[in-house]
Amino acid sequence: MNVMQTRTAKREGDSVKLTEAVDSAPEQTRNNGPEPPSAPLHSLDTLWFQVGGTICNLWCSHCFISCSPKNHSFGFMARESVAGYLQESRELGVMEYYFTGGEPFMNRDLPDILADTLALGPATVLTNGILINERVARRLRKISDESIYSLEFRVSIDGVTPAENDKIRGKGSFDKALQGVKNLVDAGFLPIITIAQTWEECQGDRIFQGFTELMRSIGYTRPRIKVIPPLRIGREKVRARGYDRDETVTSEMMADYNDRLLQCTSSRTATDKGVYVCPILIDYPDALLSDRLSDSTVPYPLRHQACYTCYISGAICHNFSG
Amino acid sequence: MQKITDEKIAVFGGVYNNYLALAALVADTKRRGITKLYCLGDLGAFGPTPDKVYPLLRENQIQVVQGNYDNSIGNGLNDCQCGYTDPRDNHFAQISYDYTFANTSDEFKAWQRGLPKEIRLQFGGKRVLLCHGSPRQTNEFLWESTTSNHFLEKQLSDFDADVVLATHTGLHWQRELTGDRLFANVGVIGRPENDGTTNVWYAVLSAHDGVDLEFVPLDYDYQRLAREMEDEGLPSEFAQTARTGWWTTCLEILPVKERLRGTF
Repeated sequence: MNVMQTRTAKREGDSVKLTEAVDSAPEQTRNNGPEPPSAPLHSLDTLWFQVGGTICNLWCSHCFISCSPKNHSFGFMARESVAGYLQESRELGVMEYYFTGGEPFMNRDLPDILADTLALGPATVLTNGILINERVARRLRKISDESIYSLEFRVSIDGVTPAENDKIRGKGSFDKALQGVKNLVDAGFLPIITIAQTWEECQGDRIFQGFTELMRSIGYTRPRIKVIPPLRIGREKVRARGYDRDETVTSEMMADYNDRLLQCTSSRTATDKGVYVCPILIDYPDALLSDRLSDSTVPYPLRHQACYTCYISGAICHNFSG
Repeated sequence: MQKITDEKIAVFGGVYNNYLALAALVADTKRRGITKLYCLGDLGAFGPTPDKVYPLLRENQIQVVQGNYDNSIGNGLNDCQCGYTDPRDNHFAQISYDYTFANTSDEFKAWQRGLPKEIRLQFGGKRVLLCHGSPRQTNEFLWESTTSNHFLEKQLSDFDADVVLATHTGLHWQRELTGDRLFANVGVIGRPENDGTTNVWYAVLSAHDGVDLEFVPLDYDYQRLAREMEDEGLPSEFAQTARTGWWTTCLEILPVKERLRGTF
């Protein structure tokens, strides 16, 4: 855990180099001043699995948990571990399951894990698409066909051209991701193209139209597109900027606010190290709640500045959120 | 809780201003000898001339649960609270809402404001809960492919019901649950079901030793509805849906399995 220790030792204003040891320096966390407001878990509707750990075949410059081929802060989740959480989730009335990483398909157990999951409920995989070749896509289709539940894929692409995308996600990643999308579409899926917003607001329509045309050019005739706001932690803090001092959630801001818009009021994230409050905050030791789902239902203080992004933008991690 | 001794009741969702389908439903249930009709809300949207729905509801003593649309219209809100998240969905939803709000009488709005969030029945020895989206949230989408059994079972336990009937998504489905319990989405009578047929759907709940739920296809004069939509200046996409049975708008909220059944 040297990486984690290095990260938590960082302070606002320290110089940050883009290296494995320090590129996940967390944003400023309030250690003094007023108590942060607390978010209750109203119901455990969504269970996330950090199934790919922090291990990824890409090294994206905006990754909020700084995943890479070398980041082993979190490891792959074993099929048995996922099965244990799935079993526990039944008693808690979980509605749906999400799988993320790292890159989930680097975990070779993922297809079996998805089959186990789809026997119980719907599943969504957040992927960069690179490892979804034709054979994998056909197998996924078979798994999907055997379930009454939806199997969704969210494929991340961050630009409408190789130049735009690859400067964030790495050389060659655009073509490979596009091929993964095409393989999913050819297998009969309708992947949700997920774009992290790295452009100015005024560019929104151009980007949206560009992605629509890009998808149609590869035969994806009714593309589904989701834009997510930047989370200014991890490498994104270095690529663009961190949070401003006043970008924080206060008790006053929670008055008359529908806290169900916050992901942490309806979900938890299982990892190989235990259950965390949400998939965004796994780099923060205080976000580790328990080993068991049933013990992770405690309220969580919104003390991190990444909580501000959820507050402003709503449950950004869900497939259907604004 | 109302105790119902009838052998059958009819339950339907989403009128969406489609007074022609509502009149057809009244006639169809009469033929079947059903006298108790329950609507699960969303009286407005999609179709033309909202006020034509009101007398049909009153004359036939139809009991109505308040949907998100009715709450918005009744309380003069700026949007329908449909729960869409994609701008493409919201674009058409807003056109429909603005039209419905502008063409609903004050009396009908006041009536919608006073509708209950849920109706509870004792029927066939079962505790039946009628709601709009889900027992816990008026505008919750419960799609067949994204709603786990254990979620439904917990909802029924939490809300002390053996049978829950909901609508809101526009697509009908039902699932038997443990303990001889049942959840059903009764669909809507306002818009066809994105399957290339022009009919709409409602549900008949029968009491015997327990309850059975049967989905009933309902034909109505969809050509007339489409013409009246055009006469009212509503988007051509809406009339196209009425004529073809394929959804052309508000598609982005669909999960993949439901989306794949349609053509758009």
